[in-house]
Amino acid sequence: MADYRWPPTDKCSLIGRRISRLDGPWKSSGRIKYSYDVNRPNMLHGKLVFSPYAHAKVVSIDTSAAEKMPGVKAVEIMTEPGKEVFWVGHEVAAVAAETEEQARDAARRIQVHYEKLPHLVSDVSPEKAGEHTKQLAEQTDGNPDQALQQAEVISEGEYGVPVITHCCLEAHGQVAEWEGDNLTIYASTQNVSGIPGEMVRAKIADSADKVRVLTPVMGGGFGSKFGADTWGLACARLAKKAGRPVKMMLERDQELLAAGARPSMYAKVKVGAKKDGTLMGWASESWGTGGPDAQGGAPSIPYVVRIPDRRVRHTTVLTNIGPARAWRAPNHPQMCLITMSALDDLAAKLGMDPVEMLQKNIQMTGQLAKTYSAELEKAAELMDWKKKCHPRGDKTPGPIKKGLGVSIHTWGGAGHASNCNCTIQPDGSVSASLGSQDLGTGTRTVIGIITAETMGLPLEAVTVNIGDSKYPPDGASGGSTTVGGVSSSTRRAATAALNQLLEKVAPSLDAKPDELEAIDGKIRVKGNLGRAISWKQACAKLGTTPITGVGQRQRGNDDLISSGVGGAQMAEVSVDTETGLVHVDKLVAVQDCGLVIDLKTAESQVYGACIMGITYSLFEDKIMDQQTGRCLNADLEFYKLAGIGDFGEIVVHMMTGTGYDERGVIGLGEPPVISPGAAISNAVANAIGVRVPTLPLTPDKVLGALEKGAVA
Amino acid sequence: MAKLEDPKDPEHSRKSESRKKPGLGRRDFVKLVGGTGVAATAQVLSGHKLDAAATTVPEEVLGSGKVIGPGPVPMTLRINGQARKLTVEPRVTLLDALRNHLDLTGAKKVCDRGTCGACTIIVNGKPTYSCSVLAIEVADRDGKPGAEIRTIEGLAPEGKLHPVSGAFVENDAQQCGFCTPGFVMSCTAYLETHRSPTLEAVKQALGGNLCRCGTYVGVRNAVVEAAMSMKGGRA
Repeated sequence: MADYRWPPTDKCSLIGRRISRLDGPWKSSGRIKYSYDVNRPNMLHGKLVFSPYAHAKVVSIDTSAAEKMPGVKAVEIMTEPGKEVFWVGHEVAAVAAETEEQARDAARRIQVHYEKLPHLVSDVSPEKAGEHTKQLAEQTDGNPDQALQQAEVISEGEYGVPVITHCCLEAHGQVAEWEGDNLTIYASTQNVSGIPGEMVRAKIADSADKVRVLTPVMGGGFGSKFGADTWGLACARLAKKAGRPVKMMLERDQELLAAGARPSMYAKVKVGAKKDGTLMGWASESWGTGGPDAQGGAPSIPYVVRIPDRRVRHTTVLTNIGPARAWRAPNHPQMCLITMSALDDLAAKLGMDPVEMLQKNIQMTGQLAKTYSAELEKAAELMDWKKKCHPRGDKTPGPIKKGLGVSIHTWGGAGHASNCNCTIQPDGSVSASLGSQDLGTGTRTVIGIITAETMGLPLEAVTVNIGDSKYPPDGASGGSTTVGGVSSSTRRAATAALNQLLEKVAPSLDAKPDELEAIDGKIRVKGNLGRAISWKQACAKLGTTPITGVGQRQRGNDDLISSGVGGAQMAEVSVDTETGLVHVDKLVAVQDCGLVIDLKTAESQVYGACIMGITYSLFEDKIMDQQTGRCLNADLEFYKLAGIGDFGEIVVHMMTGTGYDERGVIGLGEPPVISPGAAISNAVANAIGVRVPTLPLTPDKVLGALEKGAVA
Repeated sequence: MAKLEDPKDPEHSRKSESRKKPGLGRRDFVKLVGGTGVAATAQVLSGHKLDAAATTVPEEVLGSGKVIGPGPVPMTLRINGQARKLTVEPRVTLLDALRNHLDLTGAKKVCDRGTCGACTIIVNGKPTYSCSVLAIEVADRDGKPGAEIRTIEGLAPEGKLHPVSGAFVENDAQQCGFCTPGFVMSCTAYLETHRSPTLEAVKQALGGNLCRCGTYVGVRNAVVEAAMSMKGGRA
């Protein structure tokens, strides 16, 4: 029988190669329909009414004028009078009308009376937040006071990352359509299999079986699209009331105001070392906001480099900046920036190369110490670190200062629950079906590659069915858990299906099923090129009955997948000390993720993470007006995303081969987005000789830092 | 227009909005100012991209006091070589007309105000933000044909790939793909007039398109490959 375990990578014809994504042509031809693109017959358009206040009580809502507006077919109250709203953009009501323009007009005519309540939209100081704080954690390991006393060099600093948003290009939203009691939702979601249950819990549908979620492709989630969301429920209710399909997608301002805010994190850090660079002790007071209800949790710092003697205190600030949602690698970029900046400042004080300091203390990284060491070496080679590095403060004349920075990171990435049905038809066609979704990460392609590899077929011979809640249930795509989950279930399902086929075929080849293999579009006796039949001939032996193999990602230890990756990044920047502008000239990302299924889409994940990292390092900040509690940049003019010309060269190197491949598949989406902030901040400090304490590294902050500490 | 009011006082802004009955949105403002104003504004917003769309409401209409709208008006758009009839309000943008009324959804709605380029189409040979043009501006008028509009659906027949789309696939210049049609259109319009682009020129040409997944490295490579392929350097 065919073995479900991964074949050695040198025996693979597809796994580990650079393969173009299966849905690439659908996307780049503009033909595939995203949720936003779905136009159903007789469809209405929905628009939301949202709070203009950061904190208020809804006193009354009068929808009578709106209901009389042309084209209006249904109105829905989303926040009942008496309830509070907690941020500008908090949804209050929704309306559905014949055209988008009519819906927008009608939304403006819904009269909402608010009682304004005090708000807090500043997270920069827990002292000033008064009662709006909550101490989340205090932990002491070892004896940090003694360790810091014994340290020969101490560095103290303050570092931080503000609230940013997800800014998915496809806004949150959906089309909802009823047919009797059956509801179809074309949702832009990271959780196809989870939404039917939500509709039942909200008492919108009476059974999850009657809800079908369709998401063939989706335009970005980054952790903000796990739920049906209040607007998803409202859309289904509007559609029910109107008896017609309704499309309701957030407008860009709502997307930035209400559809996810990454928690901020700031810290005052004291860290000490011996003169040889051995890290001794750590003490930090950190704080940040996870919205009005303290989401986000306490940081685990120092990050990656586990200094044994440490004391950490964390306070959460309850603010009305916006609703916290998971953002690609929740908490990690913040913890990484705080830790790696503090270590970099300490290295500068010691007059030590920061890469050397990391290598010196590499055992503190634990199990992955060897991986980190190898990754730092590879990154240094690709950056030409040794040749380019200089002590803090670029001494060369002229206003442009150059600098290098380094950072390391980690992530889990164990596969989530996953179920796959793999079917072989008598005509030879093969399909793999899972209630999963492809966020643009390459999930569909990975499933196709594994199925085709298992059957010994070309990729084109396989159909991948995902993005439909009617397929076997699968996990939500978050935390880099998808690739592990679907790889395991798909490989098991495909192997199970193939084994059924081998049993059918064995007699005609006068062999036992065990002696057969599927390779090059044939079923053949292992090692005997002559005794073979084509895939089509083999499948024809099924008569009229297709076969289906069922695969499930194993709970607990699953020998096809594992978890825990490292990763090292190095940045080279140019800083214009006259204008304060930072340019990332080069970013090197060295990343491991166990067995790589598709090298092309894997590398794309890392390239993309680097660019997303450059964006939050240099541009992103949800800017709030303290007086009014409003967000001042809920648009793409002032909520800046990096463009194609906003960075130099990016070098990606995947750690593969012996020592990596045999670990099985591990998630990749999160880890490479963690280090850019720290690596770039450290590079700027190295260039200009002084730390810019918080991201984003905007010109005003760079000039401010230069003013405080002149270029060395 | 809420944006023009004192942002420090949302109460005032809300009240004044409700007094106006109905509130004056950006589109309404644009509509009142008239086509000429729109073209000028749009040109400022998107730099060199838009002068082709400066088809304006004819003087005889503006001068005669002849009112178009505010209700739906019939119009004909010349899209991908076909005359497409539709009836929409004059305030409807070309993007919304394509997406909501003609089911041409390749052009995407993201910022809806001339910043991100996801709605890029080609109007009279030039890349154009379709969110910043009114459909009526580019429609047939008084027997004269309107602007020549190309959307991504017109680049290649269904099932076939334009060389630029193909280069985006080959170089994995897309992840979630929501910005991709806009990039493909900007890139196509650029390569049709610039056969041998340098990397610096590509950065300029595609500077008006934004991607959140960060696919720019693939896009840079795709443009180079597409340029070769369109010159006949490859298939």
